[in-house]
Amino acid sequence: MTNGSPGAIIAGAAETDRIGKLPGHTTLQLHVECALRAVADAGLNLREIDGIATVAASPATTSVPGPVQVAHALGITPGWIDGTGVGGSSFLLHVRHAVAAIRAGYANTVLITHGESGRSQVGATPFAQGGPSSPSGQFEVPYGIFGPTTTFTIPALRYMKEYGLTHEQLAYVAVAQRRWAAKNSRAAFRDPITVEDVLASRMVAYPFHLLECCLVTDGGGALVVAGAERAADFPKPPVYILGTGESLESPIISQMADFTESQAFRLAGKAAFSEAGIGVAEVNHLMIYDAFAHVPLYGLEALGFVAKGDAGAFIAEGNTEPGGSLPLNTNGGGLSYTHTGMYGMFAVQESVRQLRGEAEAQAGQPEVSAVLGNGGVFSSAGVLVLGRHPR
Amino acid sequence: MASKPLPEPTPETQPFWDGCAAGELRIQRCLECQRPYFYPRPVCPSCGSTNVEWFTASGNATLYSYVIKHRPAPGFEDDEPYAIAVVTLEEGPRMMTSITGVPATPEALVLDIPLHVTFEQRGHIHLPVFQPVREELP
Repeated sequence: MTNGSPGAIIAGAAETDRIGKLPGHTTLQLHVECALRAVADAGLNLREIDGIATVAASPATTSVPGPVQVAHALGITPGWIDGTGVGGSSFLLHVRHAVAAIRAGYANTVLITHGESGRSQVGATPFAQGGPSSPSGQFEVPYGIFGPTTTFTIPALRYMKEYGLTHEQLAYVAVAQRRWAAKNSRAAFRDPITVEDVLASRMVAYPFHLLECCLVTDGGGALVVAGAERAADFPKPPVYILGTGESLESPIISQMADFTESQAFRLAGKAAFSEAGIGVAEVNHLMIYDAFAHVPLYGLEALGFVAKGDAGAFIAEGNTEPGGSLPLNTNGGGLSYTHTGMYGMFAVQESVRQLRGEAEAQAGQPEVSAVLGNGGVFSSAGVLVLGRHPR
Repeated sequence: MASKPLPEPTPETQPFWDGCAAGELRIQRCLECQRPYFYPRPVCPSCGSTNVEWFTASGNATLYSYVIKHRPAPGFEDDEPYAIAVVTLEEGPRMMTSITGVPATPEALVLDIPLHVTFEQRGHIHLPVFQPVREELP
């Protein structure tokens, strides 16, 4: 690692026992359940947790307990707190901040939690857009937007015109991910689908059909981050945090500088790969936040896996599905696995499982896995480069 | 049925909404780097200068991208389906808007078609929307 620091590892990781439809769980319960499971996964006692991170507030989400409520519910009093809330990418930023805290000596063992009753809305506040005096409330809400299906999706037609992406190629993103989901007993949707099925599904917001939009589910996930010098102290194989990055662009979609590329994705990726000191050619497994079918295309190009405009063909040619050269979204993604609202935590969980060799749809024995998390509508991004070994 | 949402102007955005009420699309530009920008805010997003001014844009724009919403937001039940568009103003900045005067279909909404601003009254607010520029008959 840089600066002679031993760096940090993910020592524990777990999702809630079940994901999907959990009408018996409040948001806080989801946090608590996955927290206890992740701490147990790391072979630790709650008393050993001295740092906590979770989303404190986000306009994109529903009920948010925040770090104080989660820590209190767990009966712990950490000396380091991070409430960064920039949407579904937040948990990747928490990992990055935890690495910094551990390097600085502010914390030794950091717990990062996510829980969201996105589907059942138990103990959740109703969906709300930006207030009427916010940039969104003044300059977007009056035009009939209603949630990410009407905003996150708007750049796609411009990309299609500029780079010739076809409706069939966009639909194929959902088809490829369903092939991974078919191998995963925890995935919400597992039945094989075709491009024709996708294009025949209900139109939500042209050009996006229902099967090109993510699920809305209940669930949670948690991580335990510790110093890499302790790698041998935990029961599970360590996952080394080789590089991290974070960035942002615009709070509202209309002010995204170029509708064919994500600045936040690109800058966060550049920082993470630069710190890791590796190129994308060394990545064997990839997770890209997929709230909608076009987001993996923007991610593949922003991180440099393919040239600009080539991502649609790359996926349609089978490169990212089972048997392909670059396994992508191997849990089935937000399109087929689960999507509570802030999906980023689940993308990290799958990378950890793949590097440990414990995924249901195991993609060989990846040495390096990269995770790209989106927040808001291309508004923020976090990238993690994770490995089975230190560098 | 819910009514359509109304923007709530702030001191920073009031000149924009006053312009709309007067039938003008007023946006800001930086007096240091000369770049126009939108949405209204007190600092130039290109160079950080606070030396900025309001001016009246031409109202000409082109269609940058859009979606056609098939399940209406509350208040938009009578409009279904409707386009939510982002346009590029002739001066450069982009804004979200509605496209009026044509059906909300991919056939009618071809990217890059020329548009011109018009204003739709909603309560006490005049909301800028855009319509395709008709070709003049010879």
